[in-house]
Amino acid sequence: METQYDPVRPGETSPITIIVDGTPVRGLNGQTVAGVLMGAGRLAWRTTRNGRPRGVFCGIGVCHDCLVAVNGLSDVRACQRRAADGDSISTEAQA
Amino acid sequence: MSAAGMTVETPDVLVVGAGPAGLAAADAARNAGARVVLLDAAGDAGGQYWRHLPAERPAANERILHHGWDRFTALRGQEILTDAQVWLAERHDDRPPTLHVLVGPADGRDRVPRTFAPKALVLATGAYERTLPFPGWDLPGVFTAGAAQALAKSERVAVGRRVLVAGAGPFLLPVASSLIRTGAEVVGVLEANGWPRLGRGWSRRPTELLATRHKTGELAGYVRDLARHRIPYRAATAVVAAHGAGQVSSVTVARLDPRWAPIPGTSRDISVDAVCVSHGFVPRVELAVSAGCGLDAYGAVVTDHDGRTTVPGVYAAGEITGIGGADLALAEGVVAGLAAAGATASDAQRRSLSENQRFAARLEAAHGIRPGWVGWLGDDTTVCRCEEVTAGDLRAGAAATGSRGLRSLRLSTRAGLGVCQGRVCGRTVEELLHRHTGGLLDPGRTEQRPLAAFVRLGELAAAEEQEHS
Ligand SMILES: Cc1cc2nc3c(=O)[nH]c(=O)nc-3n(C[C@H](O)[C@H](O)[C@H](O)COP(=O)(O)OP(=O)(O)OC[C@H]3O[C@@H](n4cnc5c(N)ncnc54)[C@H](O)[C@@H]3O)c2cc1C
Ligand code: FES
Repeated sequence: METQYDPVRPGETSPITIIVDGTPVRGLNGQTVAGVLMGAGRLAWRTTRNGRPRGVFCGIGVCHDCLVAVNGLSDVRACQRRAADGDSISTEAQA
Repeated sequence: MSAAGMTVETPDVLVVGAGPAGLAAADAARNAGARVVLLDAAGDAGGQYWRHLPAERPAANERILHHGWDRFTALRGQEILTDAQVWLAERHDDRPPTLHVLVGPADGRDRVPRTFAPKALVLATGAYERTLPFPGWDLPGVFTAGAAQALAKSERVAVGRRVLVAGAGPFLLPVASSLIRTGAEVVGVLEANGWPRLGRGWSRRPTELLATRHKTGELAGYVRDLARHRIPYRAATAVVAAHGAGQVSSVTVARLDPRWAPIPGTSRDISVDAVCVSHGFVPRVELAVSAGCGLDAYGAVVTDHDGRTTVPGVYAAGEITGIGGADLALAEGVVAGLAAAGATASDAQRRSLSENQRFAARLEAAHGIRPGWVGWLGDDTTVCRCEEVTAGDLRAGAAATGSRGLRSLRLSTRAGLGVCQGRVCGRTVEELLHRHTGGLLDPGRTEQRPLAAFVRLGELAAAEEQEHS
């Protein structure tokens, strides 16, 4: 949620930009890859063998629905991996 | 395990999991004078209960999302090895297992291997959620309630704008509260159990409510939140289907009978962009199973009054020993931590343990899963999300092979063999196959996983090399 209205009052953090399938997406330092994607309004980023869309389901690293490739390394759980500024994320061809 | 290159570390006490149970266990063991290593796969301490914004983004008012925040800030001052994934427990029958750990960013390639052969081991690996399948539950926009909680607490992201929370158990209430505080509109909270069962489970012995007054006060706070925001709480009601093209746009809800079977003619559609569903918790026991620890009928690790498991030198505390919430996890952690360090808990510490355990029993009485839920499954409903195995595939598989073996039926249907290793669907697959076969011969096998986490072959090879160089 927008920091200025947030009752939890998160502290200042730096913005980061990750490149998702070639397109820059803005997030905040300290967020996971899934947090950045969902914060940017994306609910799904992977398709199963049968062509069904998937995004976050369990959010705690158990279900493996949220897999992405990070800087060329495939099968990384987006909900567990902290996003680093400049990370290149590919959503193609995940297991 | 001899080679020179690899040092095997030998702390007095190794604690796996830095949630409430593990934090309390490590703290108690340190206070009793033991050399302790406390580690967690997550990037931060706190476990599921005290999830919070990361150090990069500390919040001024974090405590409004938490109970017992002061207890946490006191406990997290201790040394904690984070980003440390235990992926293998090598079993020894007369002493704790040797644990193999990879330290570094989640699922990374170049994590640093470490090996521990502790004198005593405390397993505090918690639980994960159980979510029963329903038509459309694999659409994006359907989340576990824990996902909504995790995204709200550690990212300040709401999973949707109009959100329905559904399932069974008191956990639905804090999830609704955190969603509200993250800016979402919560359109309702649906509990599968009816008021008669909830009433019997929660107030049969009013004195027990006093004994666990802390927990009850916490729940009352959530109920006030619902009232203040005029969020309806409906008993005997469930989400029986989710609909949408590519993502959820509406759900069908229906009234349930006391066995959780949908009552015909009671369904209606509600438009939402997210639904959060939780039907309970499953203890996270893979390390305990690898270590050889005995499990009870619910799949939780069996412990005695001091948190001792059936394996010498191995202790367990928290949700892994049965589901009872954070207070119970803290109390069990203290007792197990003391015992692991060779000290003994006082009678008072033990008494608070049994009070909390009664809370756990009431939870099961009021909210435990009832068998009628299969009434909302269709033949084409996905059961195993990884391998996309449907309820119909399971039925057909059982009929075609005539087998009553879980292992062989899983191999022929592929249910539970995907990348999550049956963590999401395992119990459900077992239950459905149990019905279709008239009784499985080897239930409970889904919990046996040789590796506790996904590891890359390259990392395995590197760890091997280091060990034998
Ligand atoms: C998703 C989710 C959200 C929850 N949110 C709430 C809530 O808001 N309110 C509430 O009252 N209850 C909540 N609960 C219930 C909650 O689990 C307990 O109340 C409490 O957190 C239990 O404490 P614990 O210490 O037993 O386990 P946990 O808090 O689950 O801690 C276990 C820790 O072990 C670590 N771990 C597990 N396996 C390994 C491994 N192989 N290697 C290294 N580390 C490992 C995990 O990373 C985790 O940090 C939630 C449960 C879940 C599953
Ligand atoms: S959402 Fe389940 S592993 Fe990431």
